[in-house]
Amino acid sequence: MQFQTFSSPHTDRSSSVDKVMLQVILALLPGVLAMTWYFGPGVLINIVIATLSAVAFEALVLKLRKRPVMPTLHDLSAVVTAILFAIAVPPLLPWWLTVIGMAFAIIMVKQLYGGLGYNPFNPAMAAYVLLLISWPIPMTSWLPPAVLSTNPLDFMQIVSAIFTSSPPTGLEWDAITMATPLDGMRTNLDQGQMISEIFQSPVWGDFGGLGWEWVGNWFLMGGLWLIYKRTITWHIPLAFFAGLTGLAMITFLFDPESYPFALFHVFSGGAILGAFFIATDPVTACTTKKGQLIYGVAIGMLVYIIRTWGGYPDAVAFAVLLLNMAAPTIDYYTQPQVFGHGDNHG
Amino acid sequence: MSNSGFGRIIKDGLWSSNQALVALLGLCPLLAVTNTAINGLGLGIATTAVLVASNGTVSLIRNLVRSEVRLPVFVLVIASFVTAIELSMNAYFHELHKILGIFIPLIVTNCAIIGRAEAFASKNNLLRSLVDGLSVGVGFTLVLVTLGGMRELIGQGTLFDQAHLMFGAAAEGMSLSLGSDFQGMLLAILPPGAFIGLGLMIAIKNLIDKRLAQTTATKPEAIESGAEAGAS
Repeated sequence: MQFQTFSSPHTDRSSSVDKVMLQVILALLPGVLAMTWYFGPGVLINIVIATLSAVAFEALVLKLRKRPVMPTLHDLSAVVTAILFAIAVPPLLPWWLTVIGMAFAIIMVKQLYGGLGYNPFNPAMAAYVLLLISWPIPMTSWLPPAVLSTNPLDFMQIVSAIFTSSPPTGLEWDAITMATPLDGMRTNLDQGQMISEIFQSPVWGDFGGLGWEWVGNWFLMGGLWLIYKRTITWHIPLAFFAGLTGLAMITFLFDPESYPFALFHVFSGGAILGAFFIATDPVTACTTKKGQLIYGVAIGMLVYIIRTWGGYPDAVAFAVLLLNMAAPTIDYYTQPQVFGHGDNHG
Repeated sequence: MSNSGFGRIIKDGLWSSNQALVALLGLCPLLAVTNTAINGLGLGIATTAVLVASNGTVSLIRNLVRSEVRLPVFVLVIASFVTAIELSMNAYFHELHKILGIFIPLIVTNCAIIGRAEAFASKNNLLRSLVDGLSVGVGFTLVLVTLGGMRELIGQGTLFDQAHLMFGAAAEGMSLSLGSDFQGMLLAILPPGAFIGLGLMIAIKNLIDKRLAQTTATKPEAIESGAEAGAS
């Protein structure tokens, strides 16, 4: 399908919206599979619930707005929103929270602003923040990676945990969930432990949490493939990592026992996913190249600031939403000069 | 004539130029205290009382005050009534007064009140101004209670919680609860919930207005076709 609502600049057919979205989904695939490997099939179940509800809400709103339903559903943007949301939330999130999140993302954040291309905020991240603020406990109860789990759950137990929103019989939530490595690092640091002590714990791999760093690695592969396919450009991801590691390096050099090294931040939480797949959302990010660099650096720095001194364990969603707000202003001040205009003649 | 005039004043105050939903005045207290229905009701009643009293007074003195100094005089009138109401709330509804806190004295700065004094009471007689003050106040209170109830229900799963603060111990039974295991949506109680809730209320009001306009536009046809059906 050709995208009909845009006028110039005209690009060739190979970058129609549905193709771009399909490429993003393909690029997410390795990371999703890695997450399933480490955190169990709950990830996939969440993706299914989120996708079904996102598509249903999108169809409903389009019907209410008297817009054609099928072309919009066919562009897969709702599916991408659903997948990004589902891999950002814990694998055992109760199903009704996923449905509420998708209702908010599609109806309030996307369609009320006019649909794809008009939404100022990233729908998946807005939904994530809504849930994180409203239901902090289920939203921060992650499963440990399978290799560390003392109570591995089978498929039916996971299904029943998601759909009854209660832990499997005979187990408590505390027995099967744990904080994310990033969250654990914060808590331990708050208790006054040294970084070298904290890394004694078996939950750590080489750079970040065990399992987590590999998930991050696979998302990195997908992201690099997207750059190779020119679906996204290198500006935002590189600027993001520059902002994040820049600040992390300064504080690490200042006090290596209180501030983890820079790569820890890159391979923890949603940093890689955020840099390649969330901050680069073409609708909500900056469009000028200079603007994209500013946008990326600012998100990276905010992620570090909120992670280190803020109230929530991870910060990608907050940082992205804050910069979504600033993106039009950044674009306004970084407009490239039109050739032949400007003051070098005057 | 006068009868239809009052009907118009009441309809304007309650619906067609509702201070909260159409004029978007007085939003600061509106958004800040509506985390429960009872808080909304408390502030709404206080605001209504101030509105009626200030509208009446301003209407009475409207020919005595020179237009150069009218705004300071109006503010003075409003401030006196707010002080009186604040002190009496502190005396009779002490707990509620503690919850509403700074927002009772801040009624002075509620644009809706000075707006009514300037736009209506300073140009109309006593009775009309009193009716206007009452209907505008009730319209404002209805929005406060609806928004408060909505946020309370979604946010903490109760309705008219702490009703005893206002109506005494007999009203304990008024409080509804969805059960203690209800996992409320915290965002609804936090400030963003107020903005989103108010936005939805405005949207719903506009939708109702649009539907009403459509039905009145199509009514003549309906009557005609009905008449035809009757004739045949």
